[in-house]
Amino acid sequence: MIQVYFWVLLICCFLCIYRIGRGPTPPDRAVAIDLLGTVVVGFSALFTLVSNSDFYMNVAISWTLLSFMGSIAIAKYLEAKSFDE
Amino acid sequence: MRKLFLFISMFIIWLFMTWPFSPLKVQDLVTGVIVSILVVLFIGKGQQESKKITEFKRYWWAIVYIPVLVYRMIVANLDVLYRVLHPDMPIRPGIVKIKTKLQSRLARALLCNSITLTPGTLSVDIVGDSIYVHWINVRDVSQAQATEMIAGGFERILKRIFE
Amino acid sequence: MIYVIGMIFISIGIFFDLAGCIGLVRLPDVYNRLQSATKCVTLGTCSILFGIFLITGFSPSGLKAILCLVFVLLTSPTGAHALARGAYKYGVRLWDKSVKDDYSEVFKQQEGLQDVENDDTP
Repeated sequence: MIQVYFWVLLICCFLCIYRIGRGPTPPDRAVAIDLLGTVVVGFSALFTLVSNSDFYMNVAISWTLLSFMGSIAIAKYLEAKSFDE
Repeated sequence: MRKLFLFISMFIIWLFMTWPFSPLKVQDLVTGVIVSILVVLFIGKGQQESKKITEFKRYWWAIVYIPVLVYRMIVANLDVLYRVLHPDMPIRPGIVKIKTKLQSRLARALLCNSITLTPGTLSVDIVGDSIYVHWINVRDVSQAQATEMIAGGFERILKRIFE
Repeated sequence: MIYVIGMIFISIGIFFDLAGCIGLVRLPDVYNRLQSATKCVTLGTCSILFGIFLITGFSPSGLKAILCLVFVLLTSPTGAHALARGAYKYGVRLWDKSVKDDYSEVFKQQEGLQDVENDDTP
């Protein structure tokens, strides 16, 4: 059962990567990267059920916070970019 | 008082991170205390906003707030699910402007987060008193009606919590 | 029994995750993609974490799952809000069939002010 969940989440990751490669504008790519971060949090949280240790939950927590900081940084960059023109 | 509250919440988060504490892990607790004090010293000098931290009615309304938010989130997800999986994608997107009466900055931030999590709306920016909201299915209503439809319930509860 | 309930929560979460990613690919512009991304994937991941909390109980991984749930619930809408604002200021227009755009008036006022300032300085 859990094997099926991992495959579905892998399909989700590939959809995000498709949008990262295809996305017409930089904000599209930023949104896809943010979403990929949240999907990977779910992925590594599911690993705790398989591996019987709480190590992957630490990975999930730090991934949440770091992905948030990355999104904010990218958003600030995009916002400042328009002032150059 | 506010710093003490912040310190206690920081320390509870630390205890969650290192949950199975035993007397042998005193060094974990000491590290937690030191790190919490440092964090409180660095970020604890914001402006004094909430004055009544010991008023229990506020916590009661905060507990009421959570089921309302969860219910609206589930409705939001079914709504977005319908729009995404429908073959014709029935969307009418647009940005509308709504007014808020909340003054406290924390309350405004929570209102924006709640708006983002509720059906079909995504807060884009705050300028003064007005919040600009991206709405996936714009209806032809006036500004006051839009405010009531998007933020009505949350604003009343948040007003009771923070003001 | 509690295991079955937890697995049901996890299944619902995975289904919403998949729907959010399909929305990311199908919808037409950045703002609509953010709508689907934020709502579906936030609730999906929260549901997965809650299911893990139900299965593992008050063990270290269960409590960390609750902590992670709170963090996801707080950070994901904030990041979406910042990205939407950044995208608008970067210059991404709304979709062609959009109905209404009240936000552009803010920039019209600012540009008007800048024009006046430029006129004043010869």
